[in-house]
Amino acid sequence: MTTPTGKSSDNPPVPRASLLSRIGSLGPLLGLAALMIVATALNPDFLTISNLSNVLTRAAFIGIIAVGATFVIISGGIDLSVGSMAALIAGSMILIMNAISPGVGTLGIIALGMLCALLIGAGAGLLHGTVITRGRIEPFIVTLGTLGIFRSVLTYLSQGGSISLGNDLSDAYSPVFYGKLLGIPIPILVFAAVALLGGLILNRTRYGRYVQATGSNEQVARYAAVNVTQVKIVTYVIQGLCVALATLLYVPRLGSASPSTGLLWELEAIAAVIIGGTALKGGSGRIWGTVVGAILLVTIENVLNLTSIISVYLNAAVQGVVIIIVAFMQRGKKAG
Amino acid sequence: MPAAEFREVTKVFGPVEVLHGVRFAIAAGEVHALIGENGAGKSTLMKILGGYQPPSSGEVRLAGQPVEFRSSRDAEARGVVLIHQEFNLADDLSVAQNIFLGRELGGALLDDAAMNREAAAALARLGVPIAPTRKVRDLSVPQKQLVEIAKALARDARLLIMDEPTASLTVHETDVLFDLIRKLRSAGVTILYISHKLEEVKALADTVTVLRDGVVVSSGPASELTPHQMANLMVGRELEDMFPPKGTPEAAEVLHVEALSVPGWAQDISFTLHAGEVLGFAGLVGSGRTELFEGLLGLRPRTLGQVRLAGKAVRLRSPGDAARAGLVYLSEDRKGKGLLVDFKLRPNLTLTTLQHYARPLLDIGAEQRALERAAQEYGIRSGRLDVEARLLSGGNQQKLALARILEAGPQVIVLDEPTRGVDVGAKREIYLLIQRLAESGKGVIVISSELGELLGLSQRLLVVREGRIVGELSGAEMNEQEVIQYATGLKVAGSNAMSPHSQALERT
Repeated sequence: MTTPTGKSSDNPPVPRASLLSRIGSLGPLLGLAALMIVATALNPDFLTISNLSNVLTRAAFIGIIAVGATFVIISGGIDLSVGSMAALIAGSMILIMNAISPGVGTLGIIALGMLCALLIGAGAGLLHGTVITRGRIEPFIVTLGTLGIFRSVLTYLSQGGSISLGNDLSDAYSPVFYGKLLGIPIPILVFAAVALLGGLILNRTRYGRYVQATGSNEQVARYAAVNVTQVKIVTYVIQGLCVALATLLYVPRLGSASPSTGLLWELEAIAAVIIGGTALKGGSGRIWGTVVGAILLVTIENVLNLTSIISVYLNAAVQGVVIIIVAFMQRGKKAG
Repeated sequence: MPAAEFREVTKVFGPVEVLHGVRFAIAAGEVHALIGENGAGKSTLMKILGGYQPPSSGEVRLAGQPVEFRSSRDAEARGVVLIHQEFNLADDLSVAQNIFLGRELGGALLDDAAMNREAAAALARLGVPIAPTRKVRDLSVPQKQLVEIAKALARDARLLIMDEPTASLTVHETDVLFDLIRKLRSAGVTILYISHKLEEVKALADTVTVLRDGVVVSSGPASELTPHQMANLMVGRELEDMFPPKGTPEAAEVLHVEALSVPGWAQDISFTLHAGEVLGFAGLVGSGRTELFEGLLGLRPRTLGQVRLAGKAVRLRSPGDAARAGLVYLSEDRKGKGLLVDFKLRPNLTLTTLQHYARPLLDIGAEQRALERAAQEYGIRSGRLDVEARLLSGGNQQKLALARILEAGPQVIVLDEPTRGVDVGAKREIYLLIQRLAESGKGVIVISSELGELLGLSQRLLVVREGRIVGELSGAEMNEQEVIQYATGLKVAGSNAMSPHSQALERT
């Protein structure tokens, strides 16, 4: 009982990860698995290839945006404007593509349209990052401002109606959404590539380490010779590029953009990040969690559509409950 | 009858027992010092007495009565108040609002006038000239401490537990605090005083209890122990001299700073550091020592004549520029600016030198090897290396922070309060490390509020007062009296005489 503990008493005892906290870190994955089992039991159609592929394709848009949001949130920031940004990029992209002379060729027009989308996304991110860091304004406020600005510019451009892609272009562009490669829809492939690249950058590069350090304690990072300003600006550029990528996959789906394009995507993207186990206060997070979070959100809607237990009109309510439950489990993890 | 008594108190965290049957008594109305190395169990013991944690077995008695506190509120209701090292004050509230937090005066509406009046009276009794309407955010560290004490006394504290109250105080402020503690003692308040500063313990305490590895190894009158004996009891072996012998600086300059000004903090600072030299920066807290180096690194707005590193003019716009040029800075604020406490040891160690591990993907294996080597080299002791930095003791955290900046292979090393919150054993290791660095031809600057440390380590001392270098001491003039006279403005060097202008610099 009075055994001297020697050197081990040099430091406070290391609390071991409790079973609960280990389950907590796998929480989103277990939640998704549970949901899928329930869904299959209720309606065997859930587990068909076509339905799963439908779920993943829908998850791809929010998921790609959410990968960008993971960087922003881990670095301690937030971007509320992604839905509006998606709408603005979609509208601008279509206007630009319609305006380019047909002499460039259909494929050339589509390529130029995609390039413009990426440039607008990166530019919007650069604007956010610069105003937030150099202007020293809270990211919440800056992106709340651009949330209004982006959507209202789109509404002005479309005069309140919708902006549609020309028929020829629309046909030529549609494979980007509807096409498959090796039997897998293109949006899913892009989502997977973005997630893998995001995970690699976050966990295995200097930049990723700096993002985490900045979010964990900005002062420490700055004193340790990390260029915090640059790190933060780049997170918003990554976010902008992700929004642009999601949008250029989304545009061929309908071939048009309207003031309701991308409405509330910011909330779904942030929700996917949080469900995935990234701390809203920054410092730590994981891309795979975000991917699972995005899929989980879409699966909920899909299950409500396939079954009749809860009205699909309550989709947002069910998602809300899931977000709060996940947050509760993470709270338990912190306390343990 | 003792004011408080521990009887065979044990405390177990998971598989580890950190207190093994602790038994000692605190007499009513005395200043009782509790000393021991980091990890000896002092904090745990205090938390048990303060009601923050229950003992695993054994009992705590207050005035002869066994007590079982379920919370710190329970303890406060019985007059036991723990004053934390990191203050429990709400920065955005006023002094009076803090003093009355949780037991505000007034009915449905608060009676601010009465609270301000009573707070002012409480502060006046302590002889503390702080306006009760000031925001705590705007107070200095020692002032915050005094507000904490006033808050405790306003709660009728009969037993005050003070955790390293002088850790960030200067000599003068410490004297003020000690006067206050003696005043409280004569008013019948019992004080349990935790400190690493053994000279202070000797000067202040009536009784000293030494804790080592969770057991009481000695408890008796302070008059019977010298600080050296206390240190030996704490570590359980004979301690050699704290300070290694000083080396001799070389002629070559490694750092030359000319005309550095940091608005509001430092005016026209120029100095030179030589290879192999340990240069001390002395001065009161708030004299601008930290800020002048933050300005030098581009962390604060500044104007600068010239900086030469090893004879070459360099531009330092950020800590990154400085690290590339061979100058590193260790912040005094370990948790706020020094270490990512929620990160593991490995990313903490390599944060400043991450470019060496990017190929272009990070080589985690190489990082891990660097950590194992650094743990060996700098004596970072941790049961496992795979833990978060916050789980290390203060001394080991500091060694990790030091290892991080030294990984950059600097020529000039600026250490701001390198031994704050560090126990005796680790302190000596850090002193030896500083000595080793100087011996290898590097230039080391040490900023410290512990005069003994500055005098024991440095070959030359610069004294900063109100943002100016007011004295340069070396050789025989380097003694406590000289430094204090310069630091407090009693003595002014000819060439750097205080101008009326610099008086206006004094911070508010």
